[in-house]
Amino acid sequence: MSDLNAFRDETRDWLEANCPESMRTPMSQGDVVWGGRKVEFKDPDQKLWMDRMGEKGWTCPTWPKEYGGGGLNFEENKVLQEELMRIKARPALNSFGIWMLGPALLEYGTEEQKMKHIPKIVKGEIRWCQGYSEPGSGSDLASLKTKAEDQGEEYLINGQKVWTSYADECDMIFTLVRTGPLEPKHEGISFLLIDMDQEGVTTKPIKLISGKSPFCETFFDNATAPKENLVGGLNKGWSVAKRLLQFERNMIAGMGFGSAASGSSKKSDAKPTSGLATMAKRYVGEKEDKLNDSGLRNKIIDHDMNSQAFALTLRRAAEESKKSNQGPSAASSIFKYYGTEHNKLRYEIMLEAMGTKALGWNGAEFGPEELAITREWLRTKANSIEGGTSEVQLNVISKRVLELPQ
Amino acid sequence: MSLVLNEEQSYLKDTARDFAKNKTPVSHFRGVRDSENLECFDREIWKEMANLGWSGILIPEEYGGSDFGVAGIGVIFEELGRTLTPSPMFSSAVVCASLIKEAGNEDQKKEYLTKISSGDITLAFALEESSRHSPTNLETNAKKDGDSYIINGQKTFVLDGGFADFLIIAAETGKGTSLFIADKDTKGIDIKVTPMVDSRNAANITFKDLKLSSSNLIGEENGSDQIIEEVLDISRSVISAEMFGGIQEAFDLTLNYLKERDQFGAKIGSFQALQHRAALMFSEIELCKSCVLESLTSFDEGSNDIPRLASLAKAKIGEVFHLVSNEAVQMHGGIGVTDEYDIGFYLKRARVAEQIFGNVQFHKDRYAELTGY
Repeated sequence: MSDLNAFRDETRDWLEANCPESMRTPMSQGDVVWGGRKVEFKDPDQKLWMDRMGEKGWTCPTWPKEYGGGGLNFEENKVLQEELMRIKARPALNSFGIWMLGPALLEYGTEEQKMKHIPKIVKGEIRWCQGYSEPGSGSDLASLKTKAEDQGEEYLINGQKVWTSYADECDMIFTLVRTGPLEPKHEGISFLLIDMDQEGVTTKPIKLISGKSPFCETFFDNATAPKENLVGGLNKGWSVAKRLLQFERNMIAGMGFGSAASGSSKKSDAKPTSGLATMAKRYVGEKEDKLNDSGLRNKIIDHDMNSQAFALTLRRAAEESKKSNQGPSAASSIFKYYGTEHNKLRYEIMLEAMGTKALGWNGAEFGPEELAITREWLRTKANSIEGGTSEVQLNVISKRVLELPQ
Repeated sequence: MSLVLNEEQSYLKDTARDFAKNKTPVSHFRGVRDSENLECFDREIWKEMANLGWSGILIPEEYGGSDFGVAGIGVIFEELGRTLTPSPMFSSAVVCASLIKEAGNEDQKKEYLTKISSGDITLAFALEESSRHSPTNLETNAKKDGDSYIINGQKTFVLDGGFADFLIIAAETGKGTSLFIADKDTKGIDIKVTPMVDSRNAANITFKDLKLSSSNLIGEENGSDQIIEEVLDISRSVISAEMFGGIQEAFDLTLNYLKERDQFGAKIGSFQALQHRAALMFSEIELCKSCVLESLTSFDEGSNDIPRLASLAKAKIGEVFHLVSNEAVQMHGGIGVTDEYDIGFYLKRARVAEQIFGNVQFHKDRYAELTGY
């Protein structure tokens, strides 16, 4: 315990000395630092903060030190997160490399692959995107057709990926490609890393109903990748993909639950409040201390209770997997489904509370927050589609957890 | 609060699981029901439960208990809830034991807690006055008369009230609520058993000029409102644990049926229409588990959010027991609505248990009020 206290003191001192003041202020979506070769920092402090945290390995605190990670154990990482939260520090670096590829490489990569790619993820030098879905392969991902042909030293890649997040701003893409055209569909797929900085790779943004373009189409036209970029073995890509999808699902499920999940175990003297109810009161008013719309109030109650229940379940799953020292507990199978459906509902409730104020598209007659909610509401509709639809999640629970017959 | 059980709690849970499996499987409940035993429980079994120390779990060691805490008794109730084990343990060893522990004087604790713990007596709490939970603004009143109190009023849905040896009565005393304890045979007490749909006993009880000595007052005159709230929260949390056991068993029975039953040349569990509903229930059950554990451990670990967590548990579990008991019957098809098959018992128990100390809407409303809206 005293070791942990010493660690807390050191961490606090280090953060105090190294986290720029401007990185302790609230951030908007445009302030997220994703790193990579094409990164443009809005503020030099962003780079400073990313570099310092990256050097320390604290952008990936629990990854092994030999690959540039922080090498912290569960308890130490908890302390670090608490200390970061205490000074309201912004995340120094976000990336798909951190959330998805890194954990998969640590499990399935060769020593060379880990040495080559992981330190660059930690330091934010390379930005990764994910190439899974194809125009004809959504929920039935294993039917994918993009092919990689063995050319001796390298693979020749042809085909098209879709829903590649931020592909136009990324340096590298991790893909699922067909390497065994004659094998059964799950057994002819490999997991391949492809450099996007080459002639054979082009990207095109897709405009969404929210008006934004976080996703692209990515085309491979005689693109190449060296053979050493195959992860997990030839035609063994489906196992890597399944594992990686778990990381992705946990990430999507956690959206909007950040502080609730980690903070709820502590005793607090703060009076409990409801963000939704506070917001709704501004729009519909109060009557005798109760929200002046009993139907809406009931929906908010349901939502708040489920938020708390879900946050508790995230915490329970963490405690269970820590105690048993095994992989994710059964509870984690519900995270993607429940988290995304719950988040969609949250925005529907906001819309109901705000009425036409939440339905503006642009212009100065609407507040910037109101306009943002409109866009975010539309964005949430993709939550239960990307990373495996809700229906696919329910299939997974039925078959893998409940073991219902095929 | 901790969301995984400690060793002691795991041990209690395992013991209870073995007991429920071997001594009180659902066939035991069915047997008691069919025997037309109006008490609705088996005294031999109750004696065994007391011998295991369960009736003393919330009672301090100096009065013969083990003081293992709310989470300790909660995990036992979860297992008993799986097999619908009938006993006066909830009314006597949870509700009334807690009332006396919190409000009683030394003599009362010695007298009653020791005997509750040994299982020699059972108590019931006469609180409710209408068909929906309403613990405040009681009409039953007690008027001081020299060194005595005269109590008048009517109570309903007194759990195990038909056969308890003593009653704890909540009555208005002018400036607040007071608690009194009375032998069931005292003149002025009229008990009418109300057989309920879940085959447990409850009672309507009328007090007509019931005269009790001031030594029967538990706690301060007018001073028990807060204590009643606290004990209700313990009780809500524990009954939620029992209900959670019922939810899991009803779900497990249904899953097994989905894996066994053939129609259209396939197991019905292979049909996506049923698979997705089962997966949805599973998700809700996982949330319930977290709510129950957080609420149960909040008492022993001194949370400052106890009332809200109790309401969260009772509302969430009530809602999900509703869902699961309905779906369980539906997915069983024809046999689901036969008396011969057990699944209907869970439907019946779900509805009665939901009414105990506040239904879903009561607790949703309370949760919102405690959250400031």
